[in-house]
Amino acid sequence: MCNTCGCNVTDANRHLLDEHAEPHHQHHAHDHRHGEPAPKATGTVAVLKRLLDANDHEAAHNREHFDEHGVLAINLMSSPGSGKTRLLEATIDALGGELRIGVIEGDLETENDAARIRAKGVPAHQITTGTACHLDAHMVHDALHHVALQGLDVLFIENVGNLVCPASFDLGQHRNVTLLSVTEGDDKPAKYPVMFRAADLMLLTKTDLLAVIDEFSPERATRAFRALAQEGPVLAVSAKTGAGLEAWLAWLRWEVAAQKARTAAGETVRPKIQADGVALHAQGAA
Amino acid sequence: MHELSVCQALVDQLRDLAARESAQRITRVLLRVGPMSGVVPELLEHAFPIAAAETVADGAAIAIEDAALRVRCRTCGAETDATPGALVCGRCGDFRTDLVSGDELLLVSVELER
Repeated sequence: MCNTCGCNVTDANRHLLDEHAEPHHQHHAHDHRHGEPAPKATGTVAVLKRLLDANDHEAAHNREHFDEHGVLAINLMSSPGSGKTRLLEATIDALGGELRIGVIEGDLETENDAARIRAKGVPAHQITTGTACHLDAHMVHDALHHVALQGLDVLFIENVGNLVCPASFDLGQHRNVTLLSVTEGDDKPAKYPVMFRAADLMLLTKTDLLAVIDEFSPERATRAFRALAQEGPVLAVSAKTGAGLEAWLAWLRWEVAAQKARTAAGETVRPKIQADGVALHAQGAA
Repeated sequence: MHELSVCQALVDQLRDLAARESAQRITRVLLRVGPMSGVVPELLEHAFPIAAAETVADGAAIAIEDAALRVRCRTCGAETDATPGALVCGRCGDFRTDLVSGDELLLVSVELER
C-alpha cells in the first residue's frame, strides 16, 4: 500500500500542503552585520497551525487510501463496554452476505475483539496501543498494511473505549458513530460534549435493558445530544434482540452507497466536526 | 490523558520550526486552546516540559490563551456565548447553531534565539 504514500498532491490534499507554507515572520531584533559582536538574536515567529497538524496530514493520506478503493471508513467510539464489538457482530450477521466488511480493532491489550470478529468470517486486525488511550492516524496507517482494502465496502475502526481522547484525533474516517449504552446514564452527551458533538450518528445500545433500567430516558439522552448543536440522527438498538437494528443497517447501506457515489465523482467527505474546526479557525485565522 | 501525545506533536513541530529558522533555542511557546478542543490546558502545561526535555524547546515557557465559546444561530443569525454542554442560541434558544470559536487547538507563535 505504501508505494502510494509519498506526498501525492491531489485535489483532496492540496490544501494541506498550502497550510504548510512558510510562516510569516515578525522579527524583534535587527540583523547585526559589519563585524560587530552579535548579541543573541531573538525573534517571534507567528505560526497559527493546528497542534495535531501532522496527525491531520496522515489522516488525509488514510482517507485517500480509503477513497482509492471506494471503501467507507467508520470510526466507532464509546465508553468501554457499551457494545461496539457486539454491534459489529450483529451487523456482520445481518449484512455479511450483502456487504464486504473489514474491521480494525483498537484496545490497550489482547486480541480478544479481533478474534470475535474473525470468528464471524470477517477480516480483522487488532491494534494494541499498550498504554495509549486513543487511536491516531499513524496507528491506523500501520494497521492498513495488514488490511486488504481491495474489495471491501466498509471498514469499521473500533476505537479504544474512551469518551474523551479519541474525539481529538482524525483517523481518516468518513463518519463517526458514537455509542451510548442505556446502562451509562442519559446525561453522557452533556458530560462528554466534545465526543458527542463529533458524532455523525448516536446509537443508543443495549435497549433490551430499558425494561429494568428505568433511570435511562432515551428522550433525555436525545435532548442532551441536541443541546450540542447536534442535528445528527439518534437510533436505538439492541444487538442482542435485534430490535431497532434495521434502522442502523439502513443508515449503513445509505452511507456505503453515498461513498460509492463520491468515489465515482472523485469526491470525499470528512466527519462534519473536524471539517468545521479546520475551515473555521486554522485557515480563517491565518 | 492524551495531552502528552498532543505535546509530543507540538515538540515535533517546534523541532522543524527551529531547524527552518536556524534557531538555537526556543524560549516561549504561545498556544490557543478552546473549551471544545478536547484537551485540558493545565494538563498541557504539565506535559509540555516532559515532552520538551532534551529537545530544542527544553526549558521553554508555555503560555496558553483561552478562546471564547461562541455560536452563530442558523435560525435567527445571532452570535452568542455558549457553554460546552449547551451550544444553543443565546437569543432564540434554537439548537441549530455553528461554532464560531471554541474548538481551537493552535500553535499561535514561538519565541526563539538564533
